[in-house]
Parts: sequence; structure tokens; C-alpha cells
Amino acid sequence: MRAPPMTIATSHRLSELDVLESEAIHIIREVVAEFERPVLLFSGGKDSVVVLHLAAKAFWPGKIPFSLLHVDTGHNFPEVLEFRDKTVAAHGVRLTVAKVEDYIADGRLAERADGTRNPLQTLPLLDAIAAGRHDAVFGGARRDEDKARAKERILSLRDEFGQWDPRNQRPELWNLYNGRHTVGQHVRAFPISNWTELNVWRYIERENIELPPLYYAHEREVYRRDDMWRAVSPVSPARADETIELRTVRYRTVGDMSCTGAVDSAAVSVSDVVREVGVSTITERGATRADDRISEAAMEDRKKEGYF
Amino acid sequence: MTLTIDPQASTENDIVAAPEGTLFRFATAGSVDDGKSTLVGRLLHDSKAILADQLEAVTRTSTERGFGGESGGIDFALLTDGLRAEREQGITIDVAYRYFATPARSFILADCPGHVQYTRNMVTGATTADAVIMLIDARKGVLEQTRRHLSVVALLRVPHVIVAVNKIDLLDYDEAAYREVEASVRLITAELGIPEVLVIPVSALVGDNVVDRSERTPWYAGPSLLELLETLSVIDDLDASGRASEAFRLPVQLVLRPQGSVVVAPELADSYRDYRAYAGQVASGSIKVGDTVSVEPGGGTSTVTGIDFAGVSLDEAFAPQSVALQLADNLDIARGAIIAALDTLPPLTRTLEADLFWLDPRPLAPSARVLVKFGTTVVQALISEVTGRLDLTTLGVEPATNLAVNDIGQASIRLSRDLPVERYVQNRRSGAFLVIHPQDGATLAAGIVTAPGEPTRAGDGSGAGSDVSP
Repeated sequence: MRAPPMTIATSHRLSELDVLESEAIHIIREVVAEFERPVLLFSGGKDSVVVLHLAAKAFWPGKIPFSLLHVDTGHNFPEVLEFRDKTVAAHGVRLTVAKVEDYIADGRLAERADGTRNPLQTLPLLDAIAAGRHDAVFGGARRDEDKARAKERILSLRDEFGQWDPRNQRPELWNLYNGRHTVGQHVRAFPISNWTELNVWRYIERENIELPPLYYAHEREVYRRDDMWRAVSPVSPARADETIELRTVRYRTVGDMSCTGAVDSAAVSVSDVVREVGVSTITERGATRADDRISEAAMEDRKKEGYF
Repeated sequence: MTLTIDPQASTENDIVAAPEGTLFRFATAGSVDDGKSTLVGRLLHDSKAILADQLEAVTRTSTERGFGGESGGIDFALLTDGLRAEREQGITIDVAYRYFATPARSFILADCPGHVQYTRNMVTGATTADAVIMLIDARKGVLEQTRRHLSVVALLRVPHVIVAVNKIDLLDYDEAAYREVEASVRLITAELGIPEVLVIPVSALVGDNVVDRSERTPWYAGPSLLELLETLSVIDDLDASGRASEAFRLPVQLVLRPQGSVVVAPELADSYRDYRAYAGQVASGSIKVGDTVSVEPGGGTSTVTGIDFAGVSLDEAFAPQSVALQLADNLDIARGAIIAALDTLPPLTRTLEADLFWLDPRPLAPSARVLVKFGTTVVQALISEVTGRLDLTTLGVEPATNLAVNDIGQASIRLSRDLPVERYVQNRRSGAFLVIHPQDGATLAAGIVTAPGEPTRAGDGSGAGSDVSP
């Protein structure tokens, strides 16, 4: 792992980040101890990068004892994929990539009319979980992202169809996690459930964690659609009536190019971003995700079908 | 830990970008129509934790549903009701977590619905909370459900209990009426053995004493609700002399033994060839390098030679830090072991008396075979007898032979293996356990140890029973 922080606790009161970090490491260690074949969903996005960093800390000086999985929609930002591969190599872990395009090519999935591929990730994800015989799947989801996520447990039991049943969740008591499951079931584990967007950025700053460059302000050709700046790319071209501009933007979330929007920003460094997030008046998903605007329950519906 | 924020960038509205502070977890509970959602919404709104797009969505939905006068046309319940069924039916299904921050502190709020499965939700929210806010309608006073909620809070020993006497505006801020409610609250909390209760007159609707102290309650000299939350102590805080109130405990999660497969710089790899450390989260107390510790099972003792945290050597570790301990002696320590301050662990036993908060819709069958999880240990167990059920209205114990969902019962439990069982009142982490269905894995109950049974061979941890690996 990269330069560990030379921080020595001097007070008996842990800071907010220290408490959240210890909680996340405890969860990661519990899952590794209680499950046979965990895997971490890793996209190269900031939340999964933070979970990977926490996993490295949890098992130091040993290596991270599980592999990574990415469901590639085929619409990912090239610089994020490059970062993903570089990070995987630096940690010496194995990455499996499940490709939505393979499913579209052979007809198992059909392209949606709106071109968005985020909802198409569920099937390749469930297939990859089954093929890898994974009984636990780590994800970087946070409860402050969405109202449905606010109700999901840190260890969330999924049936063989990957479905989340919000009415039938296990109570979460003390720090005693119950990961028992039967054949065919698996558990989604969210170690940074209790982190906010600001916590994540402060941690990235404190730990000096590298991210894909598009999280910081850069010049990009964009056009306005659905009150967001959308990148000009082969998979997300501007329509005839949309004006292309060169603007200084950054991304608050990184996902599919076809549904992720950029925001105007002059934040070129981590500390700039910490400041920007601290005073933001709009949530990160509200600002940047077209797929969550489909309906008020968009995330809930996708989760029930096996999505994260 | 210091984190510097450019002071020039700070503005008065710059609340959430305040320098990193401490984290405080609290739960809210109340009966139906006590105005809990309004209080939560008010707290989030007035501390500027609701962002523009959320407020816009909630305002839009409120208007669509013709939501009128209350809270200025905004139905604050929509902020915390996350799921489709909840919005459609106007109910809250499950505990929802909300996050907000003030310049003093960051907060995790567990919003526990009061009407359905109240015990389940209360227990879930209360087990991790530094404080519980109980809402009471000032016009109705202490209801049966208030007593039930306070019983759960008392049994689980939530460190701080706040009772918010809401809708004080509807009583025209009448002191005498408030004092009457306050007196009944103090009476019942004294009966329940809650050492300290903080009672506040509030109006969630108007905002009195929620974030700012109200001028309309001149007879109330105490802090506002938010001021209280910003200043109460956190569970794991040490006392003024820097000592933990509970003895050191570290349940071992796993043994770190990389055997040469290490991530340290190549020139250091040799020195980590025989590295062996016991990873876990400090459950209570603190430990220093050089301290002597006891280990169960096995009954061994050793000296702490190193406290590691991802490449950083610490002199001391305290709850709730996740660390790895190196010991001087090569003891047989695996997942499920407990490393504790020397001679502080209770004798090993195979029986215990416990209070069970029954959470599963299936009732407890007589002589049920279950699994119990203490810390990082899972063992087979037999609930040999239900000895009583708590009548939450009279607060007395009534005879019972089985338990149904939302019951709080007393039971005798036999373990398949010797464990150092501690009373919950002595240690909130080691005295707590889960009861798990052995086949489908459901969490059946939350348990707290009221009395460990007769010691088996004291100091000899070689219990012969079967160890259940998950």
C-alpha cells in the first residue's frame, strides 16, 4: 500500500474519521473471517477505492485476502478504467471484469431505448457472483446516498436472485454482525455505510489516496441535458439541438458515461474538493445521476432486483 | 488528528465543512403522532442538513398530497420515509439512518418507528446509541408505549436518555402542564432505574428548544435539544483521569500471519517473516505496550509487545479502535478468543441467565436449540427454560413458558462450550449476544447476560464442547 499515515493517537477521544475507519475495518475483518469467498466490487470510483484502502489497512502487513470484481458497462470513462487497472496492480490483487457488452452481443441483454446501461449491470453481476461462488460481496455504498440505501443493513442478505427484501431485514445489534446464510444466498457487505460524502473526501485527503483525475476540475467538452453537464463521447453524443461547450468541470460520482453528469467546479486539489463538498447545497446523486431521476424509488427498484 | 480547513473559505453557512469533530450516535423513538418525524425533520432542517434537491423533492411531494399547515407546508416525514410502501401508506417500516453535522459534532441518527415492531426497532437503534430521544406528546403525557420504550432503553443501558416533551405550543407554553408531564417522566424513569434523564419542553413544529433556546419557555433554563446532543459524552469516552470505565477486552477476529507474503518494502520483508498479530476491535477499555493480558480460552497470560495499526506502531489502544496486538508468548489463539486485561475475565461457565428481546415472528419453542454469538465466538446453545416475561406496563415479571415477537423474556441458557460470560451491566460489549436460528441463520433475539452460571473449571478454558464455525 502507499505511504501509511504516520499518525499516532495522542488523545483518548477518537476523531470521527478514526471511529468510522475502525468500524469499517472491523466489518471487513468480520466478513473475511466468517465467509469462504468474499469479493470486492471495484469500479475505480472513490467509494470503492476507499474500501480497497481500508482492506489493505485491515490485513497489513499481509496482502488483501480477496479478489476484486468490476461490472463494466462498456460506457466507462477510459481514464477510470486505466486508473482501475493501475490500482489493482499496485495492490497485487486479482480483478475479474464482467462485461455488459458481452451480454448485449449475444442477446442475453438488450440495449435500453434511453441508452443507459446502469440497470443492465444486475444480470452480469449476479452471474459473476455465482460463477465465482462468492458468498460475500463488498461494496462501497453509503447510506447518505439515497433514501433506500439509508434503510439497508451493513450486512444485507440477498436471495439466489440477488434480491433485497426491505421488509425482511435482520436487525443490526451492537457491533455483532450475523452473516449466516444458506446455500444460494449471499451477503452484500457495506463497510462504509455510515460515511458521508464529506467523510469520504476528508479520508481521501488524510490518507493521501489517489483517485482518477476526473474527480478534480479539468476542461472538458460538455453539453447541457437534464440540468447536468454531460461529457461529449462516442456513447453520449450531443443531439443537434444541444450546444457543445468547453467548460471547467469535475465529477462527484463516476459511473456510466451515458448517465453521469459533471458539475461546474474549480476544485483542483483534494482540499478544494473537501471545501466544495462541505458547502454544497445539492446531494451528489441529485447533482450527477440521471438514472436516479427516473422515479423517486429508482434506487429501491434496482436494489430489489439485485443491484447494489 | 488535525485537519486544516482554509479559514478564509469558511462562511457562516459553512456548517458541514467545520473541522473534523467527534461522532455521536443517537436514536429517536416515540409513539404514533408524537411528532417524531417532524422533530427529526426540524433538527435536520434547522441544522441545515437538508440539501436543496432533497428539500425540493419533499416540498413537491408535500404539495402534491395537499399537505397543509403543519411545518409550513412541508411533510418532514417524507425525508426519512425511504421506501415506496412507506410513502404510499404513510408508515415507516424500518430503522432509517440520517447523517448531519454541526460545527461541534457529526451525528448518526437512527430513526426508530414506534408503531410496528417497536421492540425490534427500538432495540436495533438503542444498542449502538450514545443517547436516545424519547418523544412524548405534552397533551397526552406518559402513555403505555412510552413506558415500554423506556423499559427497553433502561434494560439496554443507553448512556443518555432524553425525553422531549413535544407540542408544548399546543399547551400555550404552560409551565404547570409541562411540570406535570416532567414529574411523571421522572417517576417512571426512577422506577426503571435510569440514573439520569434529561427532560426538555419542545415544539418540533415551531422549533422551540430544538436547535435554539426558546423565548416562549422562560421557565425552562436548560439547553436546547441540539446543544445537549453536541455536549453529551460518547460511550467510549474515558473519564477525567483518562481511564476507561470498563476493563480492556479485545475479541480476536482473526490472526494476521502473512508468512512472508507481505506488503512492506522488500528490505523490511525479512523482519516480518515471523510476524503474528491478533486482529480485532477493542470492545472496551484500553491497553498499553508492556501490559500483561489474560487470554481465554486457554487461560494463558502474556505481555503486549506491539500494537499495530496498518504500519503504524501505537503505544496504546482503546475502544473502539481496530488494531492488531503482538504478544510475547506464542499462545494458541484463534478467532473467538478474548484478550483481556490481566485477571479481569470472569470464570468460565456453561450456563447463564439472560434477558432476551425476541425479534423473530416465530415464537420461541420450548428447549430450542440455537446458536449464540458473543463477540467473535459462535457456539451452539440450548434455551433450556423461559423463566418469565417482562410486563412492560407494570414493569413486573410475569410467569411465562415461551416468548413471542416483541416480548422481553428471562431465560436460562446452556452453552456447548465454556465461555467467560460477563454481566451486561458490567460490560455492555461482552455481556451482549445474538440468538441465531441454526438452520436459516435468522437473528431470533438480542440477549443480555443478567447472571453467569456456576463456574466450570476456573481458569481452565479447555472446554470440550463443539465449536461451531460459521
